[in-house]
Amino acid sequence: MKTLSLALRNLLRNRRRSITTLAAMVIGVVTILIFGGYFRNIIYGLETQTVAQIGHLQIQHKDYFLYGTGNPAAYGVPEYRRVIDIVAHDPVLAPMLTVVTPTLSLGGIAGNFAAGVSRTVFGGGVVVEDQNRMRQWNAYGLPFIRRPLALTGTGDDAVIIGTGVARVLQLCRALGVADCPQPDTAPAQGASAPADVIALSMQESKQVPATPAGEARIELLASNVHGAPNVTSLRVVKAESQGVKEFDDMYVGLHLSRAQRLVYGGDTPQVTAIVVQLAHTGQIPAAKARLEELRATTFKGEPLSVQDFRTLNPFYNQVVTMFGAIFTFVAVLIGAIVLFTVGNTMTMAVVERTTEIGTLRAIGLRRGGIRRLFVGEGLLLGLIGALVGVVAALGLSWLINHSGLTWTPPGQANPIPLSVRVWGEGALILGTAAGLVVVAVISAWWPARRAAAKNIVDALRHV
Amino acid sequence: MHIVTLSQVAKTYHLDAVDVPALVDIDLEIRPGRFTVVSGPSGSGKTTLLNVIGCIDQPDRGEVIVAGQHVRQLSDDALSDFRARHIGFIFQNFNLLPVLTVYENVEYPMLLARVNARERRRRVEALLESVGLADKATNLPGQLSGGQRQRVAIARALAPMPQLVLADEPTANLDSHTGATIIALMRQMQREREVSFVFCSHDVQVLAAADDAVTIRDGRIEKIERREPQGAVTA
Repeated sequence: MKTLSLALRNLLRNRRRSITTLAAMVIGVVTILIFGGYFRNIIYGLETQTVAQIGHLQIQHKDYFLYGTGNPAAYGVPEYRRVIDIVAHDPVLAPMLTVVTPTLSLGGIAGNFAAGVSRTVFGGGVVVEDQNRMRQWNAYGLPFIRRPLALTGTGDDAVIIGTGVARVLQLCRALGVADCPQPDTAPAQGASAPADVIALSMQESKQVPATPAGEARIELLASNVHGAPNVTSLRVVKAESQGVKEFDDMYVGLHLSRAQRLVYGGDTPQVTAIVVQLAHTGQIPAAKARLEELRATTFKGEPLSVQDFRTLNPFYNQVVTMFGAIFTFVAVLIGAIVLFTVGNTMTMAVVERTTEIGTLRAIGLRRGGIRRLFVGEGLLLGLIGALVGVVAALGLSWLINHSGLTWTPPGQANPIPLSVRVWGEGALILGTAAGLVVVAVISAWWPARRAAAKNIVDALRHV
Repeated sequence: MHIVTLSQVAKTYHLDAVDVPALVDIDLEIRPGRFTVVSGPSGSGKTTLLNVIGCIDQPDRGEVIVAGQHVRQLSDDALSDFRARHIGFIFQNFNLLPVLTVYENVEYPMLLARVNARERRRRVEALLESVGLADKATNLPGQLSGGQRQRVAIARALAPMPQLVLADEPTANLDSHTGATIIALMRQMQREREVSFVFCSHDVQVLAAADDAVTIRDGRIEKIERREPQGAVTA
């Protein structure tokens, strides 16, 4: 007679109590797995969104990360085409790469000359085809619908702006932006702008054809590489919500060539970052190590650094940490409930079976055998609870994933399908199941110890 | 050589502020292969005496030798192993494991005594045949009458082929007819297997069937009757 066989029969002896205990454990497992699957999905979504926008790694001027946003033009990478060529053809890196593309960040003032309004903006120039390829990155198979950039197929003078920029620059009507109220009071008419800026804008506006009716244009003023103001007139092709209001109120996106002309004029064009996107996030350590190796050899003497997306976007780590803390809190809470539920069940079993314990001890079962018997019952409860819980969680997650519910995550403009990622999350499932089994065994240990320590004569006398 | 030897064995229970002597300087030798009955009024110490002999209770002092082993020198685990191999127990309330079948109940002590599977099977079948329950092997104890349960308990006690079987009031929960049948069965099994049986009992049927009778009162041996096979009695 194996101990586990006897333990199983003892569990079946009081079925109602065993089922109640199992129900508590199953609910615990389902809760942890559904929460875990939901959190995991959010993290994967955030990672996908981040990697699709800024890649896994960026090669920058070594001081750009700390000081460059204040003066992007001064922290550029001049030999960026050579760097891209070497990286793209490196035998170690090439198999891991999906996209290597340059970007130029810039800040400035966008103005709607016709309406006499302006505001500070931040954005950058990109290679549209590369960005469209980056936006297809979806290593976790999430139900994202990624449309190409609105700059796709547009001329060099095209620009996209955040809906907040469109609102402030009073371009909503021309761009067909919904839910975009106009200010009650008319803005001050241009007199407050410095005379030299007004002159530059006037000069720029004369270089472009007259604005056709219904077309939206802005003038983008930025500091060039020599510190002097430069301005360019751009055709706004679309206003897009950027998800976060602060970003939405500042964003401009334009073609790299135009951005480079604005910042560097006739000088050698530079970029502020070379974005490296990999096939899988897990390749970051290997890719980063190789880039560091290249930096120390091939690019020796060039002031470059390599940053990963977690460093570039601290929000990602903050979200991961926050969800990790919530998940841990939920898991500990449920673990405590399971601990006391199983402990209570086993304590009751020990009391009810005191005479049986005395009998087993009398006929020769060692104290260790009694301990194994009750711990075995806890182990079986844990195993059955974990198994049923995992199956139930998989079923529930399937139902949720096929329910058609949607939600809008923080930092996103559009709703996405509500998704709970349990299937395929081996570490989450195994970790939860193993944790439950361990908690069940621990909670059975104390009653088992008390049972084994019982005096045989007293146990036999128990009524 | 005696199957059990007690020398100057004493045991006192401490109940709150009161000390209750259960055994007082007991000297007792139990002959092997005999049907020995310990009798006495309630509270006389006979169950305590049986517990000490069965190695499930320790005396405060004195020497206990069972099957040639000084049992007070053994650790708890060693005592468990010793009981599993050398002592069988029959309880007043049968104390069968309710989740095991009749077959499994009889087999269980042999697992503790590490008897191999083939031998276990042979012994269980033979014992169930002997106690007349071969057709109940797959039944659970809850499906049996009191007499049948006690038969299973007898088979269980004898399964590991112990040298000593202890029975505490084995007929107390049975009607007189069933009790008589059980006594007859135990007597028969004891003779066939030459096992030493020690009973605690008030039952006159048990007393009449005994080879040796030990009377205990207030924790002291009052009288020992040793009946020879021919019917002679020695005090």
